[in-house]
Amino acid sequence: MSDHPAPAALRARAETLATALPPLQARAEQLARALLMGGHGRRQSGMGDEFWQYRPAQAGDPGRAIDWRRSGRSDGHYVREKEWQAAQSVHLWVDLSASMGFTSGKAIPPKSDRAALLAMALSILLMKGGERVALASLGTPPRIGALQLRRIAEGLSQSGDADYGAPDARLFLPHSRALFLSDFLGPIEAIEEAVGMASDRGISGVLYQILDPVEEAFPYQGRTVFTSMGGVLRHETLRAGDLRGRYLERLAERKDHLSRIAHHAGWRFATHHTNGADLPALLWLYEALEGPR
Amino acid sequence: MWILGPIGFTAPWVLLALTLLPILWILLRAVPPAPIRRRFPGVALLLGLKDEEVEADRTPWWLLLLRMLAVAALIIAFAGPVLNPRVERGGSGPLLVLMDASWASAPDWTLRMGRVGQALDEAEVDGRTVCILSASDIPAEGCAFLSAADWRPRLAGIKPAGFAPDMDALSGALATLPDGVETLWLSDGLARAGRDRILSLLQSHGLVSVFETGRTPLALGPLALIDEGVSLPVLRAGNEPQDVTVIAHGTDPAGVARELARQAVSLGGPTTQVIFDLPPELRARVSRFEIEGVRSAGAKRLTDDSLRRREVGLLSVREGGEGLQLLSQLHYLRAALFDKADVVEGALPDLIMANPDVIVLADVAQLSGGESADLLDWVNEGGLLLRFAGPQLAASDVARDDEDPLMPVRLRAGGRTLGGAMSWGEPKRLRPFAEISPFYGLPVPEDVEVNAQVMAQPDPELAARTIATLEDGTPLVTRKTVGQGQVVLFHVTANAEWSTLPLSGLFVSMLDRLSVTSQSALLGADDLTGQSLQPQQLMDGFGTLTDAGTLPPVTGEVFATAHASRATPPGLYQGRDALRALNVMAEGEALTAAQWPSDVPLSSVTAAREHPLSPPLLLAALALLGADLLASLWLSGRLFGARAVPMLLLALALSPQDLRAQSPDDFALLASSELTLAYVKTGDATLDRTSEAGLQGLSDMLTARTSVEPAAPMGIDLETDPLGFFPLLYWPVTADQPMPSAAAYTKLNAYLRTGGVIVFDTRDADVAAFGTATPTGTRLQALASSLDIPPLEPIPEDHVLTRAFYLLRDFPGRHAEGTLWVEASPDTEQAEGMPFRNLNDNVTPVIIGGGDWAAAWAVDDTGFPMLPVGRGFAGERQREMAYRFGINLVIYVLTGNYKSDQVHVPALLDRLGQ
Repeated sequence: MSDHPAPAALRARAETLATALPPLQARAEQLARALLMGGHGRRQSGMGDEFWQYRPAQAGDPGRAIDWRRSGRSDGHYVREKEWQAAQSVHLWVDLSASMGFTSGKAIPPKSDRAALLAMALSILLMKGGERVALASLGTPPRIGALQLRRIAEGLSQSGDADYGAPDARLFLPHSRALFLSDFLGPIEAIEEAVGMASDRGISGVLYQILDPVEEAFPYQGRTVFTSMGGVLRHETLRAGDLRGRYLERLAERKDHLSRIAHHAGWRFATHHTNGADLPALLWLYEALEGPR
Repeated sequence: MWILGPIGFTAPWVLLALTLLPILWILLRAVPPAPIRRRFPGVALLLGLKDEEVEADRTPWWLLLLRMLAVAALIIAFAGPVLNPRVERGGSGPLLVLMDASWASAPDWTLRMGRVGQALDEAEVDGRTVCILSASDIPAEGCAFLSAADWRPRLAGIKPAGFAPDMDALSGALATLPDGVETLWLSDGLARAGRDRILSLLQSHGLVSVFETGRTPLALGPLALIDEGVSLPVLRAGNEPQDVTVIAHGTDPAGVARELARQAVSLGGPTTQVIFDLPPELRARVSRFEIEGVRSAGAKRLTDDSLRRREVGLLSVREGGEGLQLLSQLHYLRAALFDKADVVEGALPDLIMANPDVIVLADVAQLSGGESADLLDWVNEGGLLLRFAGPQLAASDVARDDEDPLMPVRLRAGGRTLGGAMSWGEPKRLRPFAEISPFYGLPVPEDVEVNAQVMAQPDPELAARTIATLEDGTPLVTRKTVGQGQVVLFHVTANAEWSTLPLSGLFVSMLDRLSVTSQSALLGADDLTGQSLQPQQLMDGFGTLTDAGTLPPVTGEVFATAHASRATPPGLYQGRDALRALNVMAEGEALTAAQWPSDVPLSSVTAAREHPLSPPLLLAALALLGADLLASLWLSGRLFGARAVPMLLLALALSPQDLRAQSPDDFALLASSELTLAYVKTGDATLDRTSEAGLQGLSDMLTARTSVEPAAPMGIDLETDPLGFFPLLYWPVTADQPMPSAAAYTKLNAYLRTGGVIVFDTRDADVAAFGTATPTGTRLQALASSLDIPPLEPIPEDHVLTRAFYLLRDFPGRHAEGTLWVEASPDTEQAEGMPFRNLNDNVTPVIIGGGDWAAAWAVDDTGFPMLPVGRGFAGERQREMAYRFGINLVIYVLTGNYKSDQVHVPALLDRLGQ
């Protein structure tokens, strides 16, 4: 992937994209004012510094939980609840294999480019919101800060030799969040295994498939030899046009399979096309990682 | 060369390669199209998919066929195919090239000369002697057989003649022809008497082959004068439908040669009449008719004086000055001659000098001695003297005792009056005309009555000289010949005083019969007897007129029956009294195509031409290969460009439309449905935009403040747009503005004369001052030099423009200074006690100033001023004054001097009160 942008350039572009979104921080501001380092409100009562609500005391509440000052103003007893605040760890796995370097036209960016851009923008957003982010290929634990951002940018600029990438979830922290960015055209078993392993450890996340429009349309005709990007896989046909229907069938099947994997693990799955706009994709990813409110 | 039907091959052995085609077919069929290699990540999903149709690896049969055809075309093209190959038929012995060389050969003369040149080439190769014989120009020494090289320099000298070949002379020249002569006859395609005889004579000597160009000769037949104008037939030898245009050439009144009329005609049969609807005046100026695009003497028809109008001299007599026109002696003559003859009026010496065909003396009794002698000479030389009686003639002693040479009969004193209050009898009618009378056959209207006349003295010759009589037998019109001319006397006046004859149509018909107005009698063949006609200009075979030089004259008897021939070539001949034309086609002649016996090899230009087929075949092969390329690309899915083709077509279909391509009706509707202010487009986009915005601002202001509510202003292109819809034209002047065309100036002047107003704005604040010349001022002078502009003056203080709506003292635009120039008012005195002068009624057609008003008026889309004016409040005040001027201007243009009239209202009311 020689056309990969330099880390600095990638970061600059990602920053540009990220500034357009209301940062996570800004949206969390109503909720929490820096309870924990980098923490932000979960919009539910729990462990935290910030006042959340008073609620009438119920049986089973410890006595010291009762807020006497509030209870003194009325007849009932009230418990002072605080908002649950916790810093999230988010693991990003971005497919850096050769197949992601595919593009069908000059005007359309390679899939890897779009994946790196989205991953980087998301990292910036998450870090601004106080989350800790890790890139799976680096093998580092989730961290926050400009240094980690730069590391992620560098990590995204690298490329793998393999034809198709396989996610690696072994180093993911339990109960963290995960995002898999890939075209998921490689062996489905590896994906299934990685998602299963992650969900076993309470990790929730997102499967985000990035496809080129040509991969969706298959507009080929005539005698064609198809090879994978690395040249390992090869398929020859005399009439490419005849294969179209069956190819699309298989692609739909693959998507369906991915969707089922995600569903079983409580993850979310979506497909993005490289000729589509990047900002809606980022919004969707952001929303998906933020989880249900 | 190997000949197969109509096609010959120069390299036939190349055709052997055609046998390789089946092998090629099998080879090509076995090889499937080369695959494309694509890198495609989705290949992981394709693994294991099988092709449904296996035979698709073969090239499709139609693609194979395409390639086969391309290869076959290439092979055949390289074999050198030739359509209609010329078979060299080498002959021996002398070769006679006989050319008709008539006018009918002229249109395709180069083709014929090309064929002759070819025959010379072949003869040179074969070493034969050649004689080229032009049938219309037979040399006295007969046929000279020389080598081809000797003939070649003489070829340029052979020209077609303007007449048909003389077959008798030809057979005489051919009598001495040696034996064994092969003949190539270049026929002009027309049948002629004696042709068969020549053919058999030539065939007795040797082989005869005939060459024709295949073109149908066209000719124009004799002219006929008809009621509508002139009719002449287009003759030809064929029957195929054909469209030609016949043109009448002549001179315009200034004497410049021009095309006077043209008439398109579709030829159906051998003879088609063309009718030119020419008024007599135009008809008289036609010098020749010709078929457009046919360069031949036959396709030209020279006209002579038969189309010329007669010249009639009317002797002006002193008419009382106070006399009514209808009582004038000459009035009815003028009316009758109008449009039929060229009328010359003047004193008698001038008339005789002008040498007209007819001189009319209406009630002229006495001529001076010299005058009568000159007149008599003129009559002797063929003039027609037409006299009318009248009170003066009745009272005079002319032809009372002796016969006056200039009177046909002797007259009795006094004449007679019929049917008056003091006389017996009724007014007399006319007796039907006798057979010897030139008027014979003219219907006599019932209402022609004669009240008074002069009476002829009984005379032995009276009966012979009388050509019209009254019921009672008294002569009404008498005639006698004098020398070559004649004298005719109407025994009544030329006006309606003595008879109603001049009021009737009979009068015109009688004048016609007396050939006062028509020409038919002038050019009769019998007139030619005793004349000799000198050739003036002669026509060659191509129809070109050349000066005749010193050719001997032709006697009239010969000319009368002459056909175009060597002795009398077609052209113009000067007779004694008229110019006569001798044309190729005489009366009653028709064109017939030559029919050759079937044993004569006939070659024509269309069939004889060799046509190499290699280039078209190579082109076809190239096109087929191109199609193969596209088809191959399409088959292998590489024809991505195909998507661009419909887009390209769409783009072509949606090519930018001309924004001005609105119909004149649309423009008129737009301009006239509401009052519209207009500005002249200068070509400077910024300035035009300012003008439009300025007029828009003024229109807004008018709508807000007055009852004038103009529509959106329009820009006017002086060259194309009509101006009549606009009351006011704002014309900003730029230094480099192009001058309008003459047509545009005509339009502008018409606009100014019919009440339009043009406001010239030089936009330089001071052009109106004397002695200064700004670029725009200079340009304005140039622009306005062709305009019909009255004298101008700086606007006077009491001009209506100063009070048409607002009371104004000055007229600022973006520039506050500057004078306004308007049409100078007539110098009227200011009345006592009146604030204003009583000025003219007109609206000034031009207003000239340099205020740059449009810039001051201009508003943008939101209605705010577009350009700054002045500074601060004073500037806004100036803009307001500019608007006020604009409003005054429009009101002034629309209402004219209405405000000026208002001045008088107090006085009028005052008067009414009393």
